[in-house]
Amino acid sequence: MNDKAISAENLTKQFGTFTAVDSISFDVGRGEVFGFLGANGAGKTTAMRMLCGLSRPTSGSAMVAGFDINRESEKLKKNIGYMSQKFSLYEDLKVWENLRLFGGIYGMKDKEIAQRTDEMLGELGLESERETLVRELPVGWKQKLAFTVSVFHNPGVVFLDEPTGGVDPYTRRQFWQLIYKVADRGITVFVTTHYMDEAAYCDRVSIMVDGRIEALDTPSRLKENYAAGSMDEVFRQLARKALRSGD
Amino acid sequence: MKQMLAFIRKEAFHILRDRRSMMILLIMPVIQILLFGSALSTEVRNVKVAVVDPSKDEVTAVIKERIKASEYFEIVGNLDSPEMINDAFNEGRIDLAVVFSSGFAEGLVRGDAAVQLIADGTDPNQASLLTGYASGILSSYASEQLGGMLAGALIRPEIKMLYNPQTKSSYNFVPGVLGLIMMLICAMMTSVSIVREKETGTMEVLLSSPMKPIYIILAKAVPYIILSLLNFISIMVLSVTVLDVPVRGSFLLLLGISLLFILLCLSLGLLISTLVKTQMAAILASGMGLMTPVMLLSGLIFPIASMPGILQGVSTLVPARWYIQAVRKVMIQGVGFQFVSIEVLILSLMTLVLLTLALRKFNIRLN
Amino acid sequence: MRALNGVSFETEKGEMFGIIGPDGAGKTTLFRILTSLMLPDEGDVKVGGFDTAGQYQQVRNLIGYMPGRFSLYQDLSVEENLAFFATVYNTTIEENYHLIEDIYRQIEPFKDRRAGKLSGGMKQKLALCCSLIHKPEVLFLDEPTTGIDPVSRRELWEMLRKLKAQGITIIVSTPYMDEAVICDRIALIKNGEFLTVDSPANITKAFPDKLWSVQTDHRHRLMHDLHNCSFVRSSFLFGDSFHVSFTPDGSPERLENYLHVSGHTKIGIDCIEPGVEDCFLAMLKDNDQAELMQTIEG
Repeated sequence: MNDKAISAENLTKQFGTFTAVDSISFDVGRGEVFGFLGANGAGKTTAMRMLCGLSRPTSGSAMVAGFDINRESEKLKKNIGYMSQKFSLYEDLKVWENLRLFGGIYGMKDKEIAQRTDEMLGELGLESERETLVRELPVGWKQKLAFTVSVFHNPGVVFLDEPTGGVDPYTRRQFWQLIYKVADRGITVFVTTHYMDEAAYCDRVSIMVDGRIEALDTPSRLKENYAAGSMDEVFRQLARKALRSGD
Repeated sequence: MKQMLAFIRKEAFHILRDRRSMMILLIMPVIQILLFGSALSTEVRNVKVAVVDPSKDEVTAVIKERIKASEYFEIVGNLDSPEMINDAFNEGRIDLAVVFSSGFAEGLVRGDAAVQLIADGTDPNQASLLTGYASGILSSYASEQLGGMLAGALIRPEIKMLYNPQTKSSYNFVPGVLGLIMMLICAMMTSVSIVREKETGTMEVLLSSPMKPIYIILAKAVPYIILSLLNFISIMVLSVTVLDVPVRGSFLLLLGISLLFILLCLSLGLLISTLVKTQMAAILASGMGLMTPVMLLSGLIFPIASMPGILQGVSTLVPARWYIQAVRKVMIQGVGFQFVSIEVLILSLMTLVLLTLALRKFNIRLN
Repeated sequence: MRALNGVSFETEKGEMFGIIGPDGAGKTTLFRILTSLMLPDEGDVKVGGFDTAGQYQQVRNLIGYMPGRFSLYQDLSVEENLAFFATVYNTTIEENYHLIEDIYRQIEPFKDRRAGKLSGGMKQKLALCCSLIHKPEVLFLDEPTTGIDPVSRRELWEMLRKLKAQGITIIVSTPYMDEAVICDRIALIKNGEFLTVDSPANITKAFPDKLWSVQTDHRHRLMHDLHNCSFVRSSFLFGDSFHVSFTPDGSPERLENYLHVSGHTKIGIDCIEPGVEDCFLAMLKDNDQAELMQTIEG
């Protein structure tokens, strides 16, 4: 039983003759902020789905938050958080109603939900918006709320699928501050993103090309190895090698 | 002009490449016609008849023979007494009972012969049909035998179905299906096609181009007009060849009325497209909003005359009702223009109103 | 709800004008008004000298527009899409081929493929071709690079640069700062208002404070500590380091001390030139504070 938050071993997913994910192996430590990058079509969404227990691997295995994705996917789902680009909040429910709903879904007790709601709203500075309908919140706040909901039940690992689409640089940074706070609490953050500058915020980054992990290291060492001035350049160098055209 | 053609070509591509819709648009009408025409029929077949005949004379014998010979009836039993009829119905062994009075032949001559036709009233449509058929047999016998001699003594109501003596249901359904198909293709598909452009965002690009919006509308209409005409022809061909439905009136007149109805449906489709934002809503609006009234209130299935007053009033607002009426008159009755002038006038008026409304609401901007 | 509030600006012919701002800031509404697809409640718009309200036909003749989503016919092939839009604009593919040549060459191998089956990057390249096919004077692009891979992004902007060189005025919105700085002038839009409109150089010149890049090897804790530091006016995450500005009583030496005491090692504090992003962040932060005050008071 290792103490890694995520450890994948030869994880593979095939759709017919097409190999979306080609035998990837990697580890993520507890409380780490791990960036999972790759062009569209490189296989990162498929890989993430497997790690979340949403899709069965064709072969290989992985342990996420202490659970085997092949055999314990239902237990796994209770112990992870997930946030997708579309925010997954109910727009016509109030802020606190959303928290209560998702708390219930994750099996939290009423008292716990009430307590955590107060805590979270306080931390986010959203106390005054408790009774506001989600659809009336500005986009940036919705995002922060959605993230909060995804870690509401204190999961071991939280998966963020391109969480910062379409917001201004300021709000994006605020979001990342939240991510750091959460990581400090010991929750492992697994995030995919299109914004290369955000890739630099991660502790370590992996870059997928054509279903394989072509690079995995800290941002600074990647820049060194590829003699690049920015993560953007690193990515472009790797992406040029890609055979798959994407989408 | 070139723009229009390019646009029409594009629409043709959309339609042809959407396999599923193509199947529906071309094959469904055919299936409908065949189904309605032959398989589903509201006619009666193999009706089980029981006879109660205390007289047992030559007259009743002949009548019984006639009943047996009819393709609709099947004599399944001779009951000894009227009391047994109830049980026979309850057990489902018969659909109709014919009860002669005793001394029938003599009674006929005297003028007081009685015959009772008993049918299961829980299905009144069915019941009146059955008794209707049976009465028909009786009265044809009566008029044959006695018409000359005792014409005055025996006054029987003559039940005669004009133009459709056998009340073949296919005569009813062909005009109805025509109306339904036109509505489906022109109203629903046109509105869906326009709304799809709104949904995918291509409408924005088109509107911001120099292309005049009226061309957009026309170009969308043309392919569906052609499709409707194709369906019209195929339905006509099938009706005449497979279902033996005649086209007694002028084919040109029929075509003209149909073109008018097509135009009406297109206007309706255009109007719907200006009112809804998603394809789903367009389908629901045309499907629920149009199909249902057409199915129920246009006279397609249920005769208008047998509807309660309020629904009869509502029925006048259903365009398909007028179209079906007109088509019936021209196709089955064979009348000329002057007898359908009212229907044509009403349809034209409706088209004008809908078209004006639709064009006015069609935004050249995106609000 | 006001989508746009008192937005005024002008562009020169052949200018590349960038608009950057979050979702819901009013970018799409702005584009729709500029392209004559919507009428403003107040104010007027002139494109190429023509008024979008009364002379929209002329406006639509000289503009090209690429709206936010993929605005192509998914079930038509690449070539069919192009041919169609050419006819819509009363021209042919051949007439202005030189304009789209560079871009089209990249998608030409797929010219018989249905547009719906192209990758995101290729779709946008095709959409760009379709919007250029009639040699517009002004090109409006609403987030043309959002959601597509970084390689295609670069390529698209290269193409835009070449188009600008041909004298086409380009109004483009983007969420990516590195793209915005390529423009001649940028407008920062938030909540329906332009917070600033200027060239990148002028924007950075207007930055009020001195800027420092701070780095230690305890990044998460650094964020915390900078936040709680009374003499740090602002600190923003930038990759490995934080860009920090001080209050009048702050200084790099004081910070170094403070961080050392808090247990940080490998402390690096360097003076840096503010970039456009730093300026925007400062503006957005001020705006945010103002907003917060409004919500508290309101």
